Order: sequence, then structure tokens, then C-alpha cells
Amino acid sequence: MIPAAFDYKRASSAAEAISLVGQYGDEAKFLAGGHSLIPLMKLRLAQPAMLIDIGRIKDLSYIKDGGDFIAIGALTRHMDVEKSALVLKEVPLLAHAAGYVGDAQVRHRGTIGGSLAHADSASDLPATTLALGATYVVQGPKGERLMAAADFYKGFLESALQPDEMLTEIRVPKMNGAKWGFEKFNRRAQDWAIVGVAAWRSKDASGVALVNMGSTPILATSVSAALKSGASVADAAQLASNEAEPQDDLNASSEYRVHLAKVLVRRALEKASA
Amino acid sequence: MAGSILGNRVLRKEDPKFLTTGGVYVDDLRDEPLLVGAVHATFVRSTVAHANITSIDVSEALTMPGVVAIYTAQDLGLQPVEASFNPMAKRTLLASGKVRYVGEPLAIVLTELANQGEDAAERVIVDYDALEILIDVEQAMTSSTLIYEEVGSNVVFESTAIGMPDNTGDALFADCEVVVKGRFVNQRVAPCPLEVRGAAAAWDNGRLVQWLSTQHAQGARDAILKVNALEAGQVRVITPDVGGGFGAKIDAYPEDLLLGRIAKQVGKPVRWTETRSESMVALGHGRGQIQYITIGGTRTGKVTAYQLHALQDSGAWVDIGAILAPYMTRPMASGVYDIPVIEVRTTSVATNTTPMVAYRGAGRPEATAAIERAMDLFALKLGKDPAEVRRINLIPKFLEPFTTSIGQTYDVGDFEGALDKVLEASNYAQLRKDQAARRASGNTKQLGIGISVYVEITAGNSKGEFGKVEILPNGRAIVYTGTSPHGQGHVTAWSMLASDETGIAMDMIDVVWGDTDLVPTGGGTMGSRSLQQGGAAVHQASKELVEQARKHAARLLEANEDDVVFDKFTAAFHVAGTPAVAKTWADISSALATDGGLVQESNFVSNGATFPFGAHVSVVEVDTETGKVTLIRHVACDDAGRVINPLILDGQIHGGIGQGAAQALLEEVRYDTDGNPITSNFADYAFISAAELPSFEVIHMETPTPRNPLGAKGIGESGTIGSTPAVQSAVIDALTHLGVRHIDMPATPERVWSAIQSAN
Ligand SMILES: Cc1cc2nc3c(=O)[nH]c(=O)nc-3n(C[C@H](O)[C@H](O)[C@H](O)COP(=O)(O)OP(=O)(O)OC[C@H]3O[C@@H](n4cnc5c(N)ncnc54)[C@H](O)[C@@H]3O)c2cc1C
Repeated sequence: MIPAAFDYKRASSAAEAISLVGQYGDEAKFLAGGHSLIPLMKLRLAQPAMLIDIGRIKDLSYIKDGGDFIAIGALTRHMDVEKSALVLKEVPLLAHAAGYVGDAQVRHRGTIGGSLAHADSASDLPATTLALGATYVVQGPKGERLMAAADFYKGFLESALQPDEMLTEIRVPKMNGAKWGFEKFNRRAQDWAIVGVAAWRSKDASGVALVNMGSTPILATSVSAALKSGASVADAAQLASNEAEPQDDLNASSEYRVHLAKVLVRRALEKASA
Repeated sequence: MAGSILGNRVLRKEDPKFLTTGGVYVDDLRDEPLLVGAVHATFVRSTVAHANITSIDVSEALTMPGVVAIYTAQDLGLQPVEASFNPMAKRTLLASGKVRYVGEPLAIVLTELANQGEDAAERVIVDYDALEILIDVEQAMTSSTLIYEEVGSNVVFESTAIGMPDNTGDALFADCEVVVKGRFVNQRVAPCPLEVRGAAAAWDNGRLVQWLSTQHAQGARDAILKVNALEAGQVRVITPDVGGGFGAKIDAYPEDLLLGRIAKQVGKPVRWTETRSESMVALGHGRGQIQYITIGGTRTGKVTAYQLHALQDSGAWVDIGAILAPYMTRPMASGVYDIPVIEVRTTSVATNTTPMVAYRGAGRPEATAAIERAMDLFALKLGKDPAEVRRINLIPKFLEPFTTSIGQTYDVGDFEGALDKVLEASNYAQLRKDQAARRASGNTKQLGIGISVYVEITAGNSKGEFGKVEILPNGRAIVYTGTSPHGQGHVTAWSMLASDETGIAMDMIDVVWGDTDLVPTGGGTMGSRSLQQGGAAVHQASKELVEQARKHAARLLEANEDDVVFDKFTAAFHVAGTPAVAKTWADISSALATDGGLVQESNFVSNGATFPFGAHVSVVEVDTETGKVTLIRHVACDDAGRVINPLILDGQIHGGIGQGAAQALLEEVRYDTDGNPITSNFADYAFISAAELPSFEVIHMETPTPRNPLGAKGIGESGTIGSTPAVQSAVIDALTHLGVRHIDMPATPERVWSAIQSAN
């Protein structure tokens, strides 16, 4: 419960943070809201020798209208995403999902960038942005690159980010009135999901992603394909776990997870079709 | 009572401090002169569940920054100590020879700064020779691997071995028309006080002063004296604010007991505070029974025989938790029911897990859970309403002692009265109609209604309790008590009791506890005993103080003692008829200032245990597609005898229901097959929060006990005892039409879902 010793530096801009991380190499880690990293450090599952605090980089906390998409700065807190009038209007599914992250204290500290960069398949926002077809803006020593959410998640707590790269912005396509459903199945209000589902549906398209159904967030492409070819919601939901490889853990067996995914996908899509 | 403060919702005097500047816990004692220059203790703990220790190498750890010293059992020459409840089980306070559970302390690292300890402790290298790991009680009972070789068995305590009769098997039920059997797991839970364990020790002129987060300073003092072979008077234990205990801080732990010795060894004061992860594995756990029950009776619903065999998980030591089954579960086995024949056997078994201690209810919740589940199964078999079957079997209202067939005598009881109250308040008949409608419509959210009626035992220990009231020359009163609040609100309740007799205003009364120099004798706070014993002692001392003061007043007034009266409203003594010439408490105390002061001590001995009782109705919604349970209503009627402060009473009931519902739905300490704890933080251990609970509906009922002058019984544990079976039963009740008969606690979504699947 007491972390191993580490050094600390505070960055005042993305460029400074990236140069600092370059300087310290593998030993360094960005510190945003600290709500994933610090618990791991306390359990000594992570022991970075250097923390580069990016939490106070002011110009990375914003929510802007980018035309076809909403642009959210990586350091925007979950609470700001949840309450933003712009997000509520244009990507209500994301605002809603952000409101289900942990409890109010967690949502005031945790950042959207930290949540995505941490790449925990049990977290709500990786799957939600995946369902929405978001694009992540990544900045590194050689400049900026854009990455589709679908290309970002590589494995358990593993993303496509290089150690010296920083997530700076999340671009979430506007939903243009598409209906949506979000199901988070957990035991206690502030817990991570045992299984979660973020889904939206418009006249001719849909997006369904699963929380905690494998080592990465899972895009349930079979469900969307079935819907596109005219399957009923109930039938499409039966395909919920086609792309998933759910694990056994303290809270659920993989068999139960598969069952939950089907029920929750159906429920989410029923809301998205109402 | 007209004109009395007792029975009123008096706001808690202690809360402004707790809600603003905060309590001062052991770890907050930064300005204590005796602790200047203290070093910090960190315990190296076993990382394996069962193994022989082949070596402990501290050489690398000794080179780590800030390390002052490292001690193992060998360094300290620790000798094995006998378990209080089985002298053949022996261990050293730091493990030597073998380790018996993950978390067992092995060595102490002393560092200059607190945060240096964990780094150094990580570098103490322990080599182990693995032994078979016994986590499951029934596996431990049959294994040839012994956790304590000298005991000759993993059964460390057996009710038959202490003269309690054995169960006679199925023969007992030969005459029954209907017989039902069950196996219930009353799972292991963690007490989780918000303040973890902590202590600090310093030597002061040859005397050991130890600050300790405890429920019982005087008991800890005696244990520390014994371990250190010191003479009476050589140890002072001081209890700062304590952030909860739930029974797990009754007895001093090896870590607490060693601190003084270590302080002597290094010649410096020593501080220790455990982390939450440590607390989850090294603070004692509670419950942990496997219960085999048989219940039998007539087709009309009369239960005629009941048998229970409780297998108690003792954990890796034979602590108090191991003996609660024979001494607390057994006598309460038939609960509120008049069952002609009862048999109970208990078998306590050592396992490679955290030692079991007393936890909120301590043996009685297990008794209630077993009989209440049994009643439900019996009613279900008969196809009768569970409330009706209970009613048929309840012991009728009694205001004279009633002895059950297992031999336990209850003081007073009106179980049917409590049942009627909760059935009415919950609108039980309507709930059943709503349930029927949902069943008929095939709704995926099914309604479940659970009932429990319970009686429990509190303050069985009759050794008495200490109370003292002192009046200072400025008229302030100081109440000394042998009980030890750690959240219960004694400062308020004890002030009310003293104020009620002396007329001294609440804000002129202070309460002192938990410092063994100021309060040398005391039984501490546990087992819901405080008000009825400690409060009664304060009440008695206050009464006697008034009598004593009246005599002094007569002298000061130069009047005949018989003519002097006490006016509670002005808090002054005067000659009857002439109130203008009066002597106040301050006057009398001042007059006695050079004459020993104005003090009254009292030892209150009750004439027996009391038996709080009540009934709970719980309503849940079960999602039959996912197995998720939502607790939507909880109605509780808990009769704790005469109520001194209904606000504090409600608080105890609310907390109790919350903790009880948590056992039914969420909490369980779990180990993997290698004996590694897998629920040792608050992300994995599903401690309940307000969001999972409805607003409780609390109904008051007061049947005073004749066993103390206050008429009060205990309320600290009732909520937990009544709620757990009601909530569990509600979950099962929602699914009986699908064929589900039993679901063990906690009713996790997957368990509930699986039960539905296998019933289908
Ligand atoms: C009690 C509790 C409950 C929670 N419940 C939930 C829940 O229900 N659902 C849920 O989704 N989450 C939950 N969380 C996690 C929470 O959402 C975290 O805030 C989030 O996962 C991480 O964000 P952060 O800003 O705190 O990141 P940090 O902890 O600071 O960082 C996490 C990781 O990401 C890296 N990182 C951070 N920002 C960047 C960046 N901009 N670019 C590159 N790398 C970066 C860090 O180096 C680190 O490796 C919970 C947390 C707690 C403590």
C-alpha cells in the first residue's frame, strides 16, 4: 500500500511532457488523474521511477465542436464530459457513459485520456469511444498522428501508444440523433463493470462495443452486421460474444459473461431502437 | 418519562468533532512527548499459506535506507504461547518453524520513517518448504496434514469434548410427518473497520505506555503485562479515538503485544499502523460456518425437532471465533421457536486462513440464519406461507423467564408482537399480491419477500462493570466508564444518564474511558453490553452520588439530613420548603476539595443476560435474466428494551442492517486454491455502500428487561442478526416458483443466475 520510491516532474505543456518522457525513457510514466496509475503503484504492480505529471496542462482540458465530431482534450475530467451541454447534445452516449465511471470523486479526478491510454478493457470509456468510432490524436517527438479507436487497443492494459507518445485529443463523431443504449452490469454502484455494453443505432448503421469481455474492449461487429442484414434485435444479440474472449475472474465465469453480454446487448439495442 | 432527558433524540455530542476537525486516532498522535523520535514498525508477513520455514535472511534488508533493526522470533527468543481455547495449539507471536496463513507476521522491521518499512520488508528473504494447503473446512477435517501437530487433529474444538451432547442423527425425526434437510454456508466475512489497527509504545521510567486502537484497554493491558512478564501497574494502555472495531479489536494481536518489547529492545518509542491490504488479511475475520440442518414436524406446520451440526472455520488459530459456535450459536439454536427437541453439535476446525474472531453478532447471527432458513424450507415443503408457519411455532409472549429445550433461559419476549408489527408496516398481504401478479405476468423482475424473527443474547458476562462520577469544584462532572466507545455514542448516552440523575447540563459533563490509569477496571465495549452494563453503572454511580452529596449538603446547610432535598431542575440541594438557600454541585465539590473531592464509584452487576429480539421483512427485486438482486425495502422492528436515545438506537439499527445485508448480498472473503487471499482490498472485497441500500423502515418496540435498572438490552448487533436471513430469504423467495430452494450467501448475480439455471 506504499508505492516504491519515484521521482516527480510537472510538465506545463504537451511538448514539455513528451520531451521529459523522452529524456527518462522506459522508467517514466505520465501521471494524469492518477486514478488508475496510483492504485497500481500502491500495490507495487507498477513501479515507475519517474512520474511526469501532465494533470495541470490547462490547454488539454476542453470540449469543442469540430464540425462532424466533438473534440475532447485528453485531460478533460470525466465529470466535465458527463455534464457538458455539447457532449450531451451531440454524443449523449458518451456523456451518459462518463456518468457511470466510478463515483463522483473518481469522476472529478480521472481524465478521459488517462482512461483510454490505460487501455483497461474493464473501463467504460474505451468501449464507448470504440462503439462511436472515435479517432484519437496522438502526439510524439516526431509530431502528431491520428489513430482509429479500433486500431488502438492491443492487449491487456496495452495500447498502440509508444512510451514517448501522448494522447492529446479524442474526436468523437456526432451521433446526429442516433438512438443509443448503455448497460453497465456491476455489483456495487461504484464498481467496474462485470460486463458493459455501449450501443447506438441509426437507420442504416449501428455500433456495439463490449466492456470486460476480453483483454481489450470488443467491437461486436457480428451484431452490427446482423442488424444491417435485417435480423431482429433479439436475434442479433445472440451474436454478442462472437468477437469476445471473456475471462474468468472473481466476479464472473466466462460462461456467465457470455450470457450477460447477450442479455445486455439486447437491452441496450432495445433502448437504441425504441 | 416526563421531565427526563432519557428517551429523547438528543444529538450526539461527539459528532461536531468527528465531522469537523476529526477524531484523534493512534496514527494522529504527532504531538505526544513520549513518542518523540519514534521509529516505525513494519511487519514482514507470510506470503504462503502453509509451509515450514527453512530460513529467514534479513541481511539485504538491513542495508536498506532508514533501517534501524529487524527482529525475528529467534532474535527475540519468543517462546510458543498456548491458544486460550486449546492449550495444545501453540504458536510464537512471530511465526517460527512454520507459517499457517498468508499474512501471518514473521519479522518486524524498524525504520526511521514509516514509508521506508515496506521497501525493507520486501527484501527480507524467507525460504519455505511447502505443506498441503487447507482452506476448506471439510477438507481440513479429513486431511492427514496437521496445522498444529500437537493437537493431533485439525479439529481444534469440539462441543462433545466439553460435555455437550452429541447429535443422535435421523432417529430424532422418526416421528415427524415432514422432514427437510439443508446445508448452508454462512460465509467468512471481513469486519473492515474504517480505522485499521494501530498502536504506539514508549517506556517512561520503567513503565510501558501503549496507545492502542482497541475495544478493551484493560484486557489489552493484562495481555501485554503477561507477554512481557511485567508486574501489575507497569503497563498503561491509552485508547485514543477508535474508528470502528465490530468485534475484531476486542483482543490484542501479536503485533500489539510485541510493540513494547521492541521499544525496549531498541531503546526508542515505536509506532505501528497497518495498511488496508494488511488489515484485510491480518485483522481477524468473522462468521465462517458450514451448517447441516434437519428440521421436522407435522403436516400442519408445527416443528417438533431440529438438529444442527455447525462446522466452524477457526482459521489458523484458536481464537475466540472458534468457540462462539458452542457458546453462542448452540444456546440460541432454536431462536424464537418453541421446538420440543433440539440437538446441536459444533466442530471447530483449523484452516490455513486468517484467524476467526468475534464479529458483530458473533455466533448468534449464524444461529438465526440457520433456523430461519430451516423454517423457510419447512414452510416451502408444506406449501404454507412462511409468516404463518413461523407464527405457529413462536414462543408465546412471556414476561417471566422462559427456558428453551436446549436449556437457554430468555428474560422477556414478545416475538409475535414484533412479527405482527413488521407484517403490518410492510403491508405483507399486499406484497404477496404484488408478487403473485409479477409471477403471473412472467416479469423478468421478480419480487421476493423475506421474513426473519430472531432473538439474541447480550451481556451474558456477569462480572460487572465499573462506573464513576466525579464533580469538579467548578461544577463540571466527569464520568468514568469501563466500556470503550468506538463509534457507538457513549459520550452522549452516558452524559444523558448522569444528567438525568444529577441535573447537571449535558455540556457540563465529560466522559473518560480507555485509559487504564484513569479507569483501571472495565470490560470494554463488545457484545452489545455497554448501555445495559456500563450505562447502568453510570446510572447507579450517579444515583449514589446524589445521595452522598445530599449528606454533605446537609452538613453545609447545617440542617438535618432527612430535611434536605435535591432539586434536579436547579441541580441544587436545599432544605425542603426553602429553595432560596441552596448548595450547588460546585459548592459541595469545593467544600470537599481538600477532603478527597466529590466522587462516587460503582460496580454494576446485572442479574443475567438479556435477550433482544425482533422481526425483519425484506423486499428484493431479482432480475431473472441476469441474477442481479436489488434490495428495495427493509422493514425492521428491533426490541432492545427501554430506549435511552432513539437517535443512537436508529444509528445502530441502520448500520446493522447495512452490514447484515452486505453479508447476504455482497461480502465474502475468498482464497484461491493456493491459499492466497483474493479479496484483500476494497475493489475486490464488496464492502456495501449507501447506493446499494434503500431507506430503512424502522419500527420501535420496547419490552423492558428486569435484568438492569435501565430496562435496556443490547442493540449493537440486532440489526445484523435480523437482516441477514431476511435479505437472503427474500432472494430465494423471489425464485421459489421457478423451483429454487436455497442459494448460499452472498447471493451474487452469478450464483442467483446459476440457481435459476439448475432449477429450470
Ligand atoms: C475507485 C475507482 C473506481 C473506478 N471506477 C471506474 C469505472 O467504474 N469505470 C471506469 O471506466 N474507470 C473507473 N476508474 C478508473 C478511472 O476512470 C480513471 O480515472 C481512469 O481509468 C484513468 O484516468 P486517469 O486520468 O486517472 O489516469 P492515470 O491514472 O493518471 O493514468 C493511467 C495510465 O494512462 C497513462 N496516461 C494518462 N494520461 C495519458 C495521456 N494523455 N497520454 C498517454 N498516456 C496517458 C498513464 O501514464 C498511466 O499509465 C475507477 C477508479 C477508481 C480509483
